[in-house]
Amino acid sequence: MLELENLSFAVSDEGSEKEIIKGVSLKIENGKTVVITGPNGGGKSTLARLIMGIEKPISGRILLNGRDITDLSVTERAKMGISFAFQQPVKFKGLKVIDLLRLASGKRLSVGDACEYLSSVGLCARDYIDRELNASLSGGELKRIEIAEIIARNSLLSIFDEPEAGIDLWSFSNLIKVFGEMKKNNPDGAVVIISHQERILNIADEIVVIRNGKVAKAGRKDEILPSLMTTEELVGVCPKNV
Amino acid sequence: MKFDEIQLRLLEEIAELHGVPEGAYNIRSNSEALGRRSTEHIVITPKKDVSGIDIEIKAGTKNESVHIPVVMTKSGLKETVYNDFYVGEDADVLIVAGCGIDNCGDGDSEHDGVHRFFLKKGAKVRYVEKHYGSGNGKGKRILNPVTEAYLDEGAEMTMEMVQIKGVSDTTRTTLADLKENAKLVVRERLMTHEDQTAVSVYDVKLSGEGSSADVVSRAVAKGNSFQKFEAKITGDAPSYGHTECDSIIMDNGKILAVPSLQANNVDASLVHEAAIGKIAGEQLVKLMTLGLTEAEAEEQIINGFLR
Repeated sequence: MLELENLSFAVSDEGSEKEIIKGVSLKIENGKTVVITGPNGGGKSTLARLIMGIEKPISGRILLNGRDITDLSVTERAKMGISFAFQQPVKFKGLKVIDLLRLASGKRLSVGDACEYLSSVGLCARDYIDRELNASLSGGELKRIEIAEIIARNSLLSIFDEPEAGIDLWSFSNLIKVFGEMKKNNPDGAVVIISHQERILNIADEIVVIRNGKVAKAGRKDEILPSLMTTEELVGVCPKNV
Repeated sequence: MKFDEIQLRLLEEIAELHGVPEGAYNIRSNSEALGRRSTEHIVITPKKDVSGIDIEIKAGTKNESVHIPVVMTKSGLKETVYNDFYVGEDADVLIVAGCGIDNCGDGDSEHDGVHRFFLKKGAKVRYVEKHYGSGNGKGKRILNPVTEAYLDEGAEMTMEMVQIKGVSDTTRTTLADLKENAKLVVRERLMTHEDQTAVSVYDVKLSGEGSSADVVSRAVAKGNSFQKFEAKITGDAPSYGHTECDSIIMDNGKILAVPSLQANNVDASLVHEAAIGKIAGEQLVKLMTLGLTEAEAEEQIINGFLR
């Protein structure tokens, strides 16, 4: 279980401190899929980066299965079983798709095993395995490879920052299927997804709405989702025509 | 022919050899020929006036290779060697050169190889050259290669030149002159450490219509090392030239990139690109989210970059 206790984060903005996350407390239980949503600029991505350790909080604590990980590095958290799929996948000159999959899995994956991860995100593995992770790949391709890496890690806690953004021709339903498969293969793993999309909200066990750096709402999907759809809680989702 | 441990290690580093290679070869160790073999199509003869060899590759020779590695294990040796390659019409061969210096003494060891390539019409050469140094002596390990390539009509040459480790001081000079439809591709990989310096100079002339050159260097400067990359392409005919220097600096490393282009013909199309910077922070963070330490992430990024 991941616990956030009164977590705060600030950046300095022209000399003054600007608080981005203001005392957030949350519990994410093993085996659950939690979707974090809310208006743009509300602090969702920052919260995800705090969990991974990419950003450090100014106060509060983060606990993973009861252990305080607040002061642990990104590497240590990754080794404990936290994974992070970037909203904008990082490009590398010279490193190939198979290199990243091998690093992600922590094993010297065979080409066959690596291909399975790629196939699960709808990429014809043979065409991709030796490609460099550079600008020759489209944003959508990079994004799907990023997701394949997270699958290969088989983590205790997998965080996806807007996985649907820019997945081009690959359909939404395939992405949903990937999350379904992850849950099946790793039933104790928790999945945190940052998203605005109704279809992704629909696969959540729990939904957390972050607005102005605070938890505006949190609870079971069936409690939270109806209110999101009727109010305009979700800036970024087209208002529904009722 | 017998090799000692150090010779074997150097040969493996520079030519991935575990013994005597297949095909034609000339293995030079501590300024003496350790072994030599010619084949039906590739004839190697020692020069009479200076140190070095002539390599004649007959017209139409296909799928054959020549290995000419050099190893130096004695401290304080200094040599200049002249090797000339005459590649016949429509031949298609692999040439593997390279020099490994192990210097455990206090004297500087230096190998300056002057390689000239004369490619006849339609000939194709893939040239692989690796330079490597080791040994914990105070003596420097110095390599100053000069590579000249003269390409006749339709000839093609690919040069893969790598210096990753242990060479204290190098000045690399590569000159090329290309006739009609000739093509030159250069892939250079350089990494320097500590107080090493590396200077790499290219001067490529596109003399014939339809000729093209693509000179790409990837460089990493660590420690207090310094590198200078100076690439000049001159377009004297309707031709295409591209030069690129992509560099990573770490610690107190310094890199100077001096690309230069001269077009003497209105249909010469010449492009240069140069970029120098440290490893992007987001690349490190990304690999750390996969469980690598910062040092491991750095190593992966550099290995990939220099691949």
